[in-house]
Amino acid sequence: MLPFLLKRISTMILTALCLTFVVFYLTNLPPNLEKLAKSEAGSRITDDEVASWLERNGYASPMILRYGEWLGVVPGWTTADADGTVVAGRCIEKGQDPATAARFCGILQGDWGVSSVFKDDVSKIIGVRLTLTGILMFWVMVTMVPVSLLIGILAGMREGSRLDRSLSTFSISTAATPEYVSGVILIAIFASSITGLKWFKGSAASAMDGITFENFFLPVLTIALYGVGQVARMTRASMAEVMTAQYIRTARLKGVSFANVVIKHALRNALIAPFTVIMLLFPWLLNGVVIVETLFSYKGFGWTLVSAAGNNDIELLLGCSVVAVFVVLITQLISDIGYVFLNPRIRIS
Amino acid sequence: MQDLGWSGILIGILKNFLPVWISLVVLFAVSIRYKRRLGLYGKLFDSPIAMIGFALVMFWVFTAIFADLIATHDPLSQISQMKNKLPGTVQPDGVNWYLLGGDHLGRDVFSRVVEGSRIVVQIAPLATLFAFMVGVSLGLPAGYYGGRLDTFLSFLANLILAFPVILLFYLLVTPEIVETGMPQYMALVLFLFPIAFLMVLVNSRYYVVPEFRTKVLLVIGVIGGYLYLSLVGEVGTKVAVLPNALDLIHVPGNILIVFVSVVFVNSPTVFRIIRGIVLDIKTRDYVSAAQTRGERPWYIMLWEILPNARGPLIVDFCLRIGYTTILLGTLGFFGLGLSPESPDWGSTINAGRKLITIAPHPAIVPALALMSLVLGLNLLADGLREESLRD
Repeated sequence: MLPFLLKRISTMILTALCLTFVVFYLTNLPPNLEKLAKSEAGSRITDDEVASWLERNGYASPMILRYGEWLGVVPGWTTADADGTVVAGRCIEKGQDPATAARFCGILQGDWGVSSVFKDDVSKIIGVRLTLTGILMFWVMVTMVPVSLLIGILAGMREGSRLDRSLSTFSISTAATPEYVSGVILIAIFASSITGLKWFKGSAASAMDGITFENFFLPVLTIALYGVGQVARMTRASMAEVMTAQYIRTARLKGVSFANVVIKHALRNALIAPFTVIMLLFPWLLNGVVIVETLFSYKGFGWTLVSAAGNNDIELLLGCSVVAVFVVLITQLISDIGYVFLNPRIRIS
Repeated sequence: MQDLGWSGILIGILKNFLPVWISLVVLFAVSIRYKRRLGLYGKLFDSPIAMIGFALVMFWVFTAIFADLIATHDPLSQISQMKNKLPGTVQPDGVNWYLLGGDHLGRDVFSRVVEGSRIVVQIAPLATLFAFMVGVSLGLPAGYYGGRLDTFLSFLANLILAFPVILLFYLLVTPEIVETGMPQYMALVLFLFPIAFLMVLVNSRYYVVPEFRTKVLLVIGVIGGYLYLSLVGEVGTKVAVLPNALDLIHVPGNILIVFVSVVFVNSPTVFRIIRGIVLDIKTRDYVSAAQTRGERPWYIMLWEILPNARGPLIVDFCLRIGYTTILLGTLGFFGLGLSPESPDWGSTINAGRKLITIAPHPAIVPALALMSLVLGLNLLADGLREESLRD
């Protein structure tokens, strides 16, 4: 187990490094930096002024060095005045004595930079936003997992039955409906003046202060619907496969009741595949979160990512990508390890 | 003239889609009549689910073909009195109706959805096809040879797969990136795969008849190369190879980047599927037989393994077109790439969602259109899977 884990984790770290470098590269292209200089120092500055602003703020050094600085493995940039005393630098905050500043300040040291739009520490912003998204995801999981497993098991236990046909059609249609479509349809039905139902609110902005059923149900349902389709289809396939296994027939022939066979014999084996799928669904749910938070103006992580990307807020976007990439990689790792634990037939050599 | 009621609207819509109904009826009549002679395509007509899916897909394909006949208005022309008007409202000059109402700029929702189908039906299958070419050309050797090559390519694929799609879109599909010429460089690499694929395909098969092989290779090289240069290059950008007079296909920078990024996102998944299938098939007896005969690796990969992998690949192709449609909609929803004026469904949903609680129809109509197309593709894939498992 240990060599397997070590190998997986080292691949994971290498992947994370590559991905963050790609994000760093794409957010630090010359046009982006020029835009940043213009938004920070004034939109009418000349090309020479842009160049000197970039020079003064440490954007002139080669890309790979700046990536190292951002990561925290290369000493932060400093600028000195004519007689050689350090006046400004990456690690020197405003009003701080340059002598007391740290040499390294990057992600590894816990310094995530400052958002150029919100004028606040990136780590603080992301912390607040992630909590909001965490609440959303919690409720999504609470609705999605039981519903999808139930649908999948009911459909898969008698393959080809009428119940199976109708539940499968349902899960195919929800899996075919992206969040921006289902969200729009749900709002139009339950929150617009056309149908006059107005049961729920079409915006979740008020849910950031206090969650009520009225303002939180639609966003949760929108994300959960897509996941339900995916997980239910997997569960159904896996359940249907298990139900054709020899040991199930043996149990039935011995006279065990159908309900008992399903619950005691089939379920345990049938739930291994859905577990992996739920874990691997996280990257997709992340997409759903971005779409739904934009649609319902719920200012969580996804909303922050979109606004950072739209406003050329480089440090915040980098921070968001680090979080997003790690969520994806860690869920992959958990799904691998969990699969091994749940399925004793798999041996790692 | 009066505003139309719901039945009037329905009749109006059905009447406007007349060319589509005729084509669908002809297609289905001919296909069902000759279904025994049409192979896997004919088998579709044995399963009701596949037939429904196929009908939905072909409905939108025919709509895209006849879009100019079906649309009642120009998708961009605005009538300011028609802003957010309900479905069936009569125009101020009293000549015609806005069958499905007007959007926030007073454009006809019905015509925009019909014209929007063109963009999806053009880009989605083509982008999926390119993604398959890339995935197949890399997945076959990775699965067949294994070893270092496999480790390296799998690492690359996992790298792209670990990237949240929306983040990737936000990083790739921006005016700044288009300015740097990056989409064109990516297109240079990605569009090379189809040509290389076709050349290797022909070369491995007709290696033994050199004259014929050389002729075909030359034809592929010249036609493919010309299309390649004309598709990738554009006068006045970073990659400008052909002069304007010879440049056959003009792709605006923002459409090219949408296309490239969709291909880029899809190909690693295709790669993984192909690699998995190859790992399974290469242990079969007929592969060993070919190896013993002394066939060369690319012949075995392309003419022994690939044809036997076609079942799952066709099913995945259908599903993937649906996924690509969703991705295109996502791009439009975030206002990335395509111009906000464009009638594609994602952009229309994005424009309509701002007023959705007051006037939902501008967003609902394209949303239902997108849903029906993706649902059709999924049902078709499901039906195909069942039919291909049967034999």
